[in-house]
Amino acid sequence: MAITPPTARLWWKEPVHRTELVWIIVAFLWGLVMFFMMIWWHATGEQNLATETYRTTPNAFYAKTEAMVQQYRVRDVNGIPVVRPPVGSDVYMIGRMWLWYPALELVKGQTYRLHLSALDLQHGFSLQPVNINVQVHPGYQHVLTITPDQAGEFSIVCNEYCGLGHHTMLGKIYVTDASGVTP
Amino acid sequence: MSEATFRTCPTTGLKVDLNAQKLIKANAVAAVVFLAIGGLFGLTVALTRWPAVHLLPADWFYLALTAHGLDVLLLWIIFFEIAVLYFASSTLLNCRIAAPRWGWVAFWMMLAGGLITNVAVLQGQSTVMFTSYPPMMAAQHFYLGLILFAVGALVAVGIFFGTLVIAREERTYEGSIPLVTFGALTAAIIAVFTLASGAVILIPTWLWSMGLISTIDPLMYKLVWWAMGHSSQQINVSAHVAVWYAIAAMLFGARPLSEKVSRGAFLLYILFLQLASAHHLLVEPGLSSEWKVFNTSYAMYLAVLGSMIHGLTVPGSIEAAQRRRGFDKGFFEWLRKAPWGNPAFSGMFMSLVMFGFLGGISGVVMGTEQINIIMHNTLYVPGHFHGTVVAGTTLAFMAITYLLIPLIFQREIRFPRLAKWQPYLFGLGVAGISLFMMGAGTLGVSRRHWDITFADAPLDFSYPEAAFLMLALNGLSAIAAALGGLFYVVVVVASVFFGRKVEGRVALEAPAGKSAVASYGSSESLKIPGTLLLVGVFFVAFVLYYFVNWKYLSDIWPMR
Ligand code: HEM
Ligand SMILES: [Cu+2]
Ligand SMILES: [Cu+2]
Repeated sequence: MAITPPTARLWWKEPVHRTELVWIIVAFLWGLVMFFMMIWWHATGEQNLATETYRTTPNAFYAKTEAMVQQYRVRDVNGIPVVRPPVGSDVYMIGRMWLWYPALELVKGQTYRLHLSALDLQHGFSLQPVNINVQVHPGYQHVLTITPDQAGEFSIVCNEYCGLGHHTMLGKIYVTDASGVTP
Repeated sequence: MSEATFRTCPTTGLKVDLNAQKLIKANAVAAVVFLAIGGLFGLTVALTRWPAVHLLPADWFYLALTAHGLDVLLLWIIFFEIAVLYFASSTLLNCRIAAPRWGWVAFWMMLAGGLITNVAVLQGQSTVMFTSYPPMMAAQHFYLGLILFAVGALVAVGIFFGTLVIAREERTYEGSIPLVTFGALTAAIIAVFTLASGAVILIPTWLWSMGLISTIDPLMYKLVWWAMGHSSQQINVSAHVAVWYAIAAMLFGARPLSEKVSRGAFLLYILFLQLASAHHLLVEPGLSSEWKVFNTSYAMYLAVLGSMIHGLTVPGSIEAAQRRRGFDKGFFEWLRKAPWGNPAFSGMFMSLVMFGFLGGISGVVMGTEQINIIMHNTLYVPGHFHGTVVAGTTLAFMAITYLLIPLIFQREIRFPRLAKWQPYLFGLGVAGISLFMMGAGTLGVSRRHWDITFADAPLDFSYPEAAFLMLALNGLSAIAAALGGLFYVVVVVASVFFGRKVEGRVALEAPAGKSAVASYGSSESLKIPGTLLLVGVFFVAFVLYYFVNWKYLSDIWPMR
């Protein structure tokens, strides 16, 4: 029994039954499939998380973001600047208590380098309803190369607990089609 | 020194050290108390997340969530595990427990630590979630309590090792240690690594909260914290798998199909489980993809392999034992005729099935490097781990309680009808919690979030209607689970304090020893078609669900 010492003293010499052996082999091979699936997706899949990361400071990151806002602001939404940066450019977004700053306007099908960092605590970049979720740290600048392939209004929720206003933390990304219209 | 006094268990013939018995009782009772407190917090959290009810105000919600995580995940589970370790070493090996005084030191340290941390949370200055990610800072005594608790637990694990050494020296058993003790040993080895990681990260964080260290790097913290946080889930898995084997043995006299395979599977846990810290870092900046892929898969899924093996051998050994006892018709007579009215069995079997189907599959899928992008920090995550640590570990621990009460506490179970229904109610509720939170997570809903309507936000957004339905169903399931939890606490407290004393033998389904299956498997032909069918269904579900999620992933914006 499992609660008494093994009956066969040399239990490690007993042959393994075929049923068990077959299952072990199947499970092992399935593990290999899952393992190589991740590597294969790096080679061929279109959704892989960037690893490009730089050390930064809240001040430095804020300065870069603010420079972008000054240069490319096109309008406001509820007092929050909306920025329409050039296609293909470096775009900055700050997570802070409790706002994703600024709002962005991007063009469908175009690629941008989105820099993410936090000013105070950790925040969770959760783009809805697309459902892309990335952790954002203070002190680290994470560069995602993204290509919005749908036009529309998208919201960024914060999904890392960041204090009592956590559930009020939102941001926006508007994606227009090539003619500049948000459906 | 060896002044231990023993009694002989009339049911199993095991020699029970009375010192160990007292320690087992104390730790188990503390565990149940914290389950009751933590479960209540869980219910209030779930009712708050049900938008139509929205029970607690925001600050209380986050406080209750912090307390819930701590009380159930740390205190309930680890206190119970210490009881299991003492049982698996001292009782199963007929051996006196090493250093019982230290056992009490450990117990009081853990209790004091647990209480201090609870007080810190209730005072309201430590609403940081049980993960306490810096730079968010809790009160000093929040960390101090955790450190005390961890050191106490480490001492208790030391006593387990000490007892194994004494048993070997005093030759209290023949040959190798039993499989269940081997499983407990696995848990204990992982616990050393885990608790050491906890100390490595919590001590500097404590110093930081006192102003003695200026910063804690948030990424480094997460890496080391999860070396504790995730590995401690592997303690849970090892412990509850050991409990599955123990219940199968006690109820059916089941013997492992082959000792080598089952022990090998435990060994895979020891070798590979520690890598899984990476599960929590898959969408973090600053870590290479190679590192993530290797670690998140436990080096090519070798620890998953261990669990898949137990998934065959545990039900397989029950099937083989039942067929030996004459329930040999068709695929499933062995299962139909199993003692479904015995909460030890029903709890154990539901734990096995739900751990595999709900917790196991979702965990592997979510732990896939790229797929994590569509799940990280959504409600999918708590949905997954209520499938592992609640449906799996907690239900297994509840199930074995129904055997420990007569055998260790020597009390009859009070309210047997309540006890009979308890695992079903709790199991059903937890299955709901797990599934509906996963459902909401798939729709994008954030975990740890007070208001999914974003009423107070400067911008407008709301999750899809279906998410509201999911959270309502989650709230209903939480009520069922909480009732099931309440039944458990009532039965345990009533039996332990007011139960009739057990005289003589306890009637078990297949009393250990009598129809114990002496040998089958390797040498003879092994017939377990029912188990193979179950395992086949599991495998197909696993493969399908895995690829469905790759399909979901391929629909999101291209990114690199
Ligand atoms: C009555 C039973 C239970 C109910 C109704 C329940 C419900 C919940 C709910 C609704 C959440 C919050 C999800 C969120 O908003 O992020 C949660 C979180 C959690 N639960 Fe439970 N739960 C129960 C039992 C347990 C048990 C027994 C354990 C562990 C053994 C457990 C471990 C956790 C943990 C670790 C969290 C995460 C806390 C955090 O995010 O900081 N739960 N639970
Ligand atoms: Cu935030
Ligand atoms: Cu937040």
